[in-house]
Amino acid sequence: MASKFIHAIYSDDDLLMQAVKQIRDKRYHIGEVYTPFPVHGLDKLMGLEPTRLAICSFLYGLAGLAVATWMMNFMMIEDWPQDIGGKPSFSFIQNMPAFIPIMFELTVFFAAHLMVITFYMRSKLWPFRKAENPDLRTTDDRFLVELDATNHNVEDLTKFLYDTGATEIKLIEN
Amino acid sequence: MYMLSSKIKLTAIILMVVGLIGLVYGFLAAPDNVEEVKEMMAAEEHHDGSHAAVSNESTAQMQATEDASHNTANAEATGAGEGDHGDSHYEHLLHQLQSKPWSAIYVSAFFFFMIALGTLVFYAIQIAAQAGWSPVLFRVMEGITAYLLPGSIIVVLIVVFAGTHFFPWQNEELVAKDKILQLKAGYLNLPFFIIRAIIYLIGWNVYRYFARKYSVEQSNAAVNDYRPYKKSFKAAVFFLIFFILTEMTMAWDWFMSMNPHWYSTLFPWYVFSTMFVSAITVIAIVTVFLKRAGYVTFINDSHIHDLAKYMFAFSIFWAYLWFSQFMLIWYANIPEEVTYFIMRIEEYNLLFFGMLVLNFVFPILLLMNSDFKRIPHFVVGVGIIILIGHYIDVYLLVMPSTIGPNWFFGIPEIGSLLFFLGLFIFVVGAGLGKESLYPKGNPFLKESENYHY
Repeated sequence: MASKFIHAIYSDDDLLMQAVKQIRDKRYHIGEVYTPFPVHGLDKLMGLEPTRLAICSFLYGLAGLAVATWMMNFMMIEDWPQDIGGKPSFSFIQNMPAFIPIMFELTVFFAAHLMVITFYMRSKLWPFRKAENPDLRTTDDRFLVELDATNHNVEDLTKFLYDTGATEIKLIEN
Repeated sequence: MYMLSSKIKLTAIILMVVGLIGLVYGFLAAPDNVEEVKEMMAAEEHHDGSHAAVSNESTAQMQATEDASHNTANAEATGAGEGDHGDSHYEHLLHQLQSKPWSAIYVSAFFFFMIALGTLVFYAIQIAAQAGWSPVLFRVMEGITAYLLPGSIIVVLIVVFAGTHFFPWQNEELVAKDKILQLKAGYLNLPFFIIRAIIYLIGWNVYRYFARKYSVEQSNAAVNDYRPYKKSFKAAVFFLIFFILTEMTMAWDWFMSMNPHWYSTLFPWYVFSTMFVSAITVIAIVTVFLKRAGYVTFINDSHIHDLAKYMFAFSIFWAYLWFSQFMLIWYANIPEEVTYFIMRIEEYNLLFFGMLVLNFVFPILLLMNSDFKRIPHFVVGVGIIILIGHYIDVYLLVMPSTIGPNWFFGIPEIGSLLFFLGLFIFVVGAGLGKESLYPKGNPFLKESENYHY
């Protein structure tokens, strides 16, 4: 069976927020919302799960700290413990203050970069990726809500969306 | 209107009385002369070995040089320089033991005073930055700064009357023999020192007086009359300029000049960071307390969340400054600078590094999660850890410089801590009760009440 979608376009973010609230109250399924800029509180209104990116970042940071510690312990203490300017390279802890700047930087480096890469992977962003944009105006000044209309009466849905303040309503069949 | 409950009032008074007894005992128990020191040493032998136990050769040398200079300094200070060579050690010890109750009272007095001062600075910053989230907290902050007046007077009295217990440069015979101290005498001399202390005292308290006055005036002003608010803004800006200059010289005067041969450029910032993070922590704790008791229904979890973010951020800021100071000196290992840390690492090892765990590791791990920062009890728990850590920090600013290896967390320390805690609760409670906790008339009040993060 062919699936049907309805694209409702709004001209204002306040209108969009109200519409999303009404659509959710009516228990219609929102497939996606396209906005030109972050609309504060939209994710909560849509009932999206909070992101776990921060937890990832924390774990990556720990990994960075571990890498830095292991690396410098191996290089400076175990592999070739030279006397460099009288710094005590007998054990890691004795020479630790000198290593802290690198430990800090690598922690930040791992946490930041791996988190960004995770973000790209999870949101499927990469160069030469084909843009998925249902309407070019959503990158400028329009807000678009995509609704799944497969098992609904299109007439009723259109009427309902019109009442929520949509300026354009399109039926997409494929 | 908040009223200090009679239960808390009674607790505060009991704390003060018990603390005062401890303090008096501390001063009475300090030895009066060398004979008493010898008796004490005979009773507990363990101190003799401590000086010789130095691990590496260069540190041993430095320790020896420092001890030697201190020996002469303090032998002169007690005015008994003619004693034979073996007695100079006891003279030194006598001086340190006599400084012990002074140091104990000073650590606690400064700890609570700096909370009030730090709160005043935080308050001024919020006003000067026209912060939209914090006006609901202004009356809480003003309540805490009520402690500034008694606190600052006590601290100034202590530093002015401590004399050579704290400040070797006040010993004229020592200065006569010491080229370095002679060269510093232009700044480190008693009249100028007292004048500076009085300038700080007046400057800080005058701002506190006017900030409070304008805040109350604004509450009573007609609708759309923001003149008191504008005055308060100007006062805050000038106070912040005045504060950052006087805080710098205050840290030189009251802490760094305890080791007049030692200097560090970022030391005033370091003292400031301790002050600031403790103050924010106390604001959070007092706010949670008032909210629990139902006096500040207009303060919501987002305000607590913001305060917890500040606690988190300034704990890291403190650790950054601590480490920057430590690592630069450790790395270069210049003898005249490194003595400061050698004393602290060798004689105060557990406190010195334990403080890092309390002030940095705990806050960074516990306050990192955004959800935890919204739980009032959790914030109070972490806040108490931070406050203990920063008490130790002040302890380590003072004790190694004044009493050296003879430290012990005993009756004078606990007594002074209890006394000033009681005084703090009493004065802050009274300060919170003087005006409505709702800062009516503040132009940012509505935004602040609806603040949501």
